Amino acid sequence: MTLPDPDPIRGRQKGRALVMGLALGAFVVLMFFVSIAKMSVGS
Amino acid sequence: MTTRTFTAVALPADWRDFVALTKPRVMSLVVFTGLCGLLAAPVSIHPILAFTAILCIALGAGGAAALNQWYEADLDALMKRTAGRPLPAGRMERQSALHFGVGLSAFSVLLMGVATNWLAAATLAVSILFYVLVYTVWLKRITAQNIVIGGAAGAFPPVIGWVAATGDVSLLPLLLFALIFLWTPPHFWALSLFVRSDYAAAGVPMLPVISGPRVTRQQIALYTLPMSAAAVAPWPLGLAGALYGISAAALSLAFILLALRVLSNRATEPSGMKPEKRLFAYSIFYLFAVFGALVLDRWLIA
Repeated sequence: MTLPDPDPIRGRQKGRALVMGLALGAFVVLMFFVSIAKMSVGS
Repeated sequence: MTTRTFTAVALPADWRDFVALTKPRVMSLVVFTGLCGLLAAPVSIHPILAFTAILCIALGAGGAAALNQWYEADLDALMKRTAGRPLPAGRMERQSALHFGVGLSAFSVLLMGVATNWLAAATLAVSILFYVLVYTVWLKRITAQNIVIGGAAGAFPPVIGWVAATGDVSLLPLLLFALIFLWTPPHFWALSLFVRSDYAAAGVPMLPVISGPRVTRQQIALYTLPMSAAAVAPWPLGLAGALYGISAAALSLAFILLALRVLSNRATEPSGMKPEKRLFAYSIFYLFAVFGALVLDRWLIA
């Protein structure tokens, strides 16, 4: 049996890591603005 | 010299396959009705919180769709329409879909609670659980009434949007719930008429498979009547103005006429089911248009 070409595996892992990183970054930014919005609504 | 053997290693799923798990096309209707529920509410909500509420509705719908595909991978593999999805096509491990679906669902509920209120979060949780447990796990494989009861899951978004803005439930969001609930059977049965062989091959007891096209067409025509009543009801009840009322009545009348053309059709093969395909396409436009008219009307009144 032959080993699968490692490049597609690395490519997929890199793509998923990149999307996950962007999603986490977006979540942090969103939580910041949600906090600001909640404080402004509260005041 | 040593001999090494290797086992086949599957490629990790592509991120696009995770996006496909969320059924983005179905999500667009869910997001739109949720947004309309939020915009039709009589109170204003901070734009960031409104955006977050809609995002949570979208993520919740995506999580529920992923769990639906995780559970139905065996059925999807048997149907032409769904065989290309990530799980039946073998592009993703089932465990990944399960983790993704549970994670996305839980995240959407928690974020909704933190950003808006916990009643909206609870309603979102109920809608996800209803879709996954009541429709997917329980009803879909055992009764031809599966989408009649299961349709309630898709009717929640305008209620969630409204509750996210106001913190409580009133008559208008309940009427919007009733509208989508009664719209779902004619919408899905029109589709299932021309993909009947797919459902039959997978052993899914959709109404056209169990009772045949004639009964299904009668049921479609019957359901359009209470659906139209639910669509128009906000006008005489004073919950919406004439713009909405006249729009809803005209759009519902066109729906009824298309349903009557379906009723008069005798074709049993998909090639002769143009009226059914037309009704299915129109039903999607109908929901967008009715909800759009409601928001326009409420804003004009405001």
